[in-house]
Amino acid sequence: MSCSSPTIAITLDRVSKVYPGGHVAVRDVTLNIQTGEVLVLVGTSGSGKTTTMKMINRLVEPTSGSIRVGGEDISKINPIQLRRSIGYVIQEIGLFPHMTVAKNIALVPSLKGWPKPRQNERVAELLELVGLPPDQYAKKHPHQLSGGQKQRVGVARALAGDPDILLMDEPFGALDPITRGQLHEEFLKLQRRLRKTIVFVTHDMLEAIRLAERIAVMDGGVLEQVGTPREVLAHPATRRVADLVGADATLKLLGLCTVEQALEALGAESPDALGPVIRSGDSLKDALLTMVACGRASLPVVNVDGTLRGRVTLQGLQTALAGQEKDRRPQGAARGQGTHA
Amino acid sequence: MGVLSYMAEHPGHILALTRAHLWISLLATGIGTVLSIPLGVLVHRVPATRAPALALVNAGQTIPSLALLGLMLPVFGIGFTSALLAITARALLPILLNTYAGLLSIPRSTIEAARGMGMTDPQILWRVEFPLALPVILAGIRTALVISIGVATLAAYIGAGGLGDLIFQGIAMVDAPLLLAGAIPTAILAFAADGLVGWIERRLMRPMTSG
Ligand SMILES: Nc1ncnc2c1ncn2[C@@H]1O[C@H](COP(=O)(O)OP(=O)(O)OP(=O)(O)O)[C@@H](O)[C@H]1O
Ligand SMILES: [Mg+2]
Repeated sequence: MSCSSPTIAITLDRVSKVYPGGHVAVRDVTLNIQTGEVLVLVGTSGSGKTTTMKMINRLVEPTSGSIRVGGEDISKINPIQLRRSIGYVIQEIGLFPHMTVAKNIALVPSLKGWPKPRQNERVAELLELVGLPPDQYAKKHPHQLSGGQKQRVGVARALAGDPDILLMDEPFGALDPITRGQLHEEFLKLQRRLRKTIVFVTHDMLEAIRLAERIAVMDGGVLEQVGTPREVLAHPATRRVADLVGADATLKLLGLCTVEQALEALGAESPDALGPVIRSGDSLKDALLTMVACGRASLPVVNVDGTLRGRVTLQGLQTALAGQEKDRRPQGAARGQGTHA
Repeated sequence: MGVLSYMAEHPGHILALTRAHLWISLLATGIGTVLSIPLGVLVHRVPATRAPALALVNAGQTIPSLALLGLMLPVFGIGFTSALLAITARALLPILLNTYAGLLSIPRSTIEAARGMGMTDPQILWRVEFPLALPVILAGIRTALVISIGVATLAAYIGAGGLGDLIFQGIAMVDAPLLLAGAIPTAILAFAADGLVGWIERRLMRPMTSG
């Protein structure tokens, strides 16, 4: 009997982990991860994110509960086989220093016994994909790469066996904010192309908001809330989630919307041609900050080419925010567990 | 001066002794390596084996070499076997310790990445841990080889030959040139072994550390 719909890639069913010594790292977590979605596990240090993730590729065995991947109970799958079918990226990257970039990337294909030419093809293809020209990087050793480049290789390596699922544990944690931002962009671009099922761990709510289709908030081993970034920001289910979201949730929420979404027609009064303007692709957060900085209640909106488009007003921002909050509706039965207070 | 003329007059003899000396040293180091590396892996994998293994190997290091030779005699008699075993006993510790240290020095994250990618334990050992620990293990082998070359001079005491023959004859006959004809090649051998293995170590390290 199959109890998982075909669109569900990973199911955690009342999963708990008690480490030797009695520490309950994960408590009764139930969670469905949909095929092709980016689910970000977010929570403070020690909240059980890594433990939860490692149970999915059996680096950690649950104390109770069950996990299904592709509908199959993973306790019945050979862990070696399971891991080769799931990409894994960790914060420390864990590139092998004695192997070239090419060897690192080809590791899973070689374990799977792919013929050499196919491995080489795959290496070149993946290096292209993560933006590292193969002729320049394939023969390098990890110590010759910058932190950001190492992360790209880490991601390429995780993708090498063409897994449907990727587990990423704070992969961008050790990078400077600019490199991190770049990699976020590339991550999203890559994901639009590849549509992998991705479980992504971070303790940074902003990163979660940026990357997630759904956020799963953990605290003290308990899954506190699962929802889209907007749902979590607008309606934190518990005090702990609200704390994690922070006092500036409104600002973060505005950061998720573009000016386009609050665009109004120009009023009767003609806009001040010399005053500040905002581009239609900018975020509402930028719009608000510009208004505050210039002491205005409305701003002209321009297209990328500078032509006038309309305007955005403080009132409009409030309406957009309210709309956000009304919008939120559970998206079917697949989500919702753990959303209650 | 006398050394040189002695050496010039007996090149064949000195060469033969050097060869015997090198052979017993290499053999002892080889056996020591074959025994110590698996033991090092065991000690790394099973913490409970650490204390007994170290105690055993430490004994081989602590007992003075001559006493060790003496201990071998009643069992294995005069000659090559006793000398070989005594030298081997001295070669164990540095290799064992370095194997253990080399494995211990590998970051947990590296092993974790390997396991997470679906490598089996033997694959992790052969393809990740050994290559990464190899420079440190080699440093242990280098130390063991140098020690062996030194201890092998004592093998002459129990009739196992080697350059020690010349040294002991030199001492007994108060013949400095003879003594030096044994001592100088021994020193050269030790330096050469140290240099050669050190060179291999550095070559292996190169891809991991420098451009
Ligand atoms: N191997 C282990 N043995 C015992 N306790 C562990 C082990 N691994 C983790 N823990 C404990 O379980 C809890 C959850 O750890 P986990 O690594 O899952 O947290 P995390 O949310 O990933 O934290 P971080 O953001 O710091 O990585 C922590 O209190 C941790 O100390
Ligand atoms: Mg963690």
